Amino acid sequence: MSILVNSSTKVICQGITGSAGAFHTKQCLDYGTKMVGGVTPGKGGQKDANGLPIFDTVRQAVEATGADATMIFVPPPFAADAIMEAADAGIRVIVAITEGIPVLDMVKVKAFLKDRPNSVLIGPNCPGVITPGECKIGIMPGYIHLPPKDAKSGKSVGIISRSGTLTYEAVWQCASRGIGQTTAVGIGGDPVKGLNYIELLEMFNNDPQTDAIILIGEIGGTDEETAAAYIKQHVNKPVVAFIAGRTAPPGKRMGHAGAIISGGEGTAESKINALTAAGITVAESPATIGEAMAKVLGV
Amino acid sequence: MKIHEYQARQILADAGIPVPPAEVVRSADEAAAAFEKFGGGMCVVKAQVYAGGRGKAGFVKLVKSADEARQAAQFMLSNRMVSYQTGPEGVPVSVLIVAPGVDIAKEYYLGITIDRARHTATLIASAEGGVEIEEVAKKSPEKVIKEPLHPLLGLQGYQAREIAYRLGFEGKLAGAAAKLMANLAKVFLETDASLAEINPLVVTKQGELLAIDAKINFDDNALFRHGTIAQMADESQEKPLDVRAKKANLNYIALDGNIGCLVNGAGLAMATMDIVKLHGAEPANFLDVGGGVTAEGAIEAFRIILSDPKVKGILVNIFGGIAKCDLIAEALVKAGREVGFKVPVVVRLEGTNVERAREILKAAQSELPTLQPATDLTDAAKKVVAAVAA
Repeated sequence: MSILVNSSTKVICQGITGSAGAFHTKQCLDYGTKMVGGVTPGKGGQKDANGLPIFDTVRQAVEATGADATMIFVPPPFAADAIMEAADAGIRVIVAITEGIPVLDMVKVKAFLKDRPNSVLIGPNCPGVITPGECKIGIMPGYIHLPPKDAKSGKSVGIISRSGTLTYEAVWQCASRGIGQTTAVGIGGDPVKGLNYIELLEMFNNDPQTDAIILIGEIGGTDEETAAAYIKQHVNKPVVAFIAGRTAPPGKRMGHAGAIISGGEGTAESKINALTAAGITVAESPATIGEAMAKVLGV
Repeated sequence: MKIHEYQARQILADAGIPVPPAEVVRSADEAAAAFEKFGGGMCVVKAQVYAGGRGKAGFVKLVKSADEARQAAQFMLSNRMVSYQTGPEGVPVSVLIVAPGVDIAKEYYLGITIDRARHTATLIASAEGGVEIEEVAKKSPEKVIKEPLHPLLGLQGYQAREIAYRLGFEGKLAGAAAKLMANLAKVFLETDASLAEINPLVVTKQGELLAIDAKINFDDNALFRHGTIAQMADESQEKPLDVRAKKANLNYIALDGNIGCLVNGAGLAMATMDIVKLHGAEPANFLDVGGGVTAEGAIEAFRIILSDPKVKGILVNIFGGIAKCDLIAEALVKAGREVGFKVPVVVRLEGTNVERAREILKAAQSELPTLQPATDLTDAAKKVVAAVAA
């Protein structure tokens, strides 16, 4: 089992003719993802380098291919529109990789998606989602992941992370200890985004194959604190967490629009305290996330 | 992106928000003339800088004569302002405003920013103005009103009226305050601001509502649709290395330590700083080269790190996803050839195209003797800390 996507998920790429879209469509195909086509307005009827059909609109792509997931590489000025187009065409899992979408565009997207409860958005500004061995939608390097069926420890984890490259770090550390991953989701670092910790914690908690959950957060906002409270109340699987930015000086913006500390809110300390108080193991170093998980799982 | 107070005042005034008169001046003579123009009462001279802490640094001065105005301006224009926010090198001052004193009866706080939990812009208001709103929020949260703006429709009239009455405004002033809030919300939404703040908003002894100090920050990601605003950016207010980094699409922040860090991804970049500290050293910078990094961008990243004289070692930590390891490796070799690595450079690579990257580095090893490959993150941190200590 897994969450969100699996071997039967049919995926299109919006922005398939751009350099990043084309490169990662090929990477996803190579990984085994069921890529069924792409969308670039004005290039409908053509085929991409892999022979995938290109459509002018998402609706045409869905009608022709039965796609139920999309990977968006559309440039920032047009990305909000692309997300809404996908939702309106009935796409179930929308993965927005694009970095740099204006915040107020995302505010409107969130309001738009409220009326389309069958679509979930992952991102933007994220690496995407992967169910190892089955379906990779995004820019993560596929080979670092370990499908549950190949996990020597017999245990598998679900991963939720605000940071792309830290997700890879956690995956790699688990895989090299024989711990598989059911699904890994990068939720992105933007202040206004799609799925957040709580929705995904619920999905992983309900997924019988997921033995434990890794939560990776960073300074800024209060999502980790909210997640800690939710875990304490509702999650009956072990959770290991890591929070990046302990050494970040207050008041400095560290890249992600998200990682801003203001007042006492959203510091690494406040998040670590909330998580620890909820009985969650917090890894001290970004290099010991896998080790902490191995210990919790007794492998 | 930040702008100066005088520019923010102008944007508010253009939106119909009452802003008291002020003259923008660029010399001591102009400051004296502005004082005379306002009738020779009391005036305030304020240096226009992005950094906070102006008052304590002596860059906001009350003046009672044209001569005092001239002297204050002379001082501000010929000294760099140093405050807790600027670092010891301070920032240059080239523009001042001179504004007549205002008889303040009461101060309020008004601000709009994005509320991440509610996924929309939120208006924050308090009858305790003129101070740090964070302090008020911490000590007496009941004194801070938070009202979300509708994501598609913005601030509605009834919301503004409700807030005005809750703040204690009465009669005509309540109407004026509601209108002011509606205009502030319009400015925020129309300019893609990330923060629009009036602190303090005052009622004068004459019963007038005035925005005394204004601060507006903008969403960098939306500047592509706000050409006039983008042009207001004043590079002199930023550290030269920050400006260079921005031009190369790098997220760079200078810090106080001696280990330069070059990383992809903001989260991993912060975590890399954390692990350097965990092993007993201090990072010299935060640097996220981003996913879409080009070879030129990566080389510029090395140049920026190496131009910091505090840097005694560099830790390169790349977990390639959208960024490709071989591209970083090529840039590293090219940068090494160009600037020469006099300090140890510990490299940890994993992810997309890592095999090819390792070959590139291996081939360049004899040429770049200070290069040290690392097997994982802990190994990398230990190696760079040891190399710098040696």
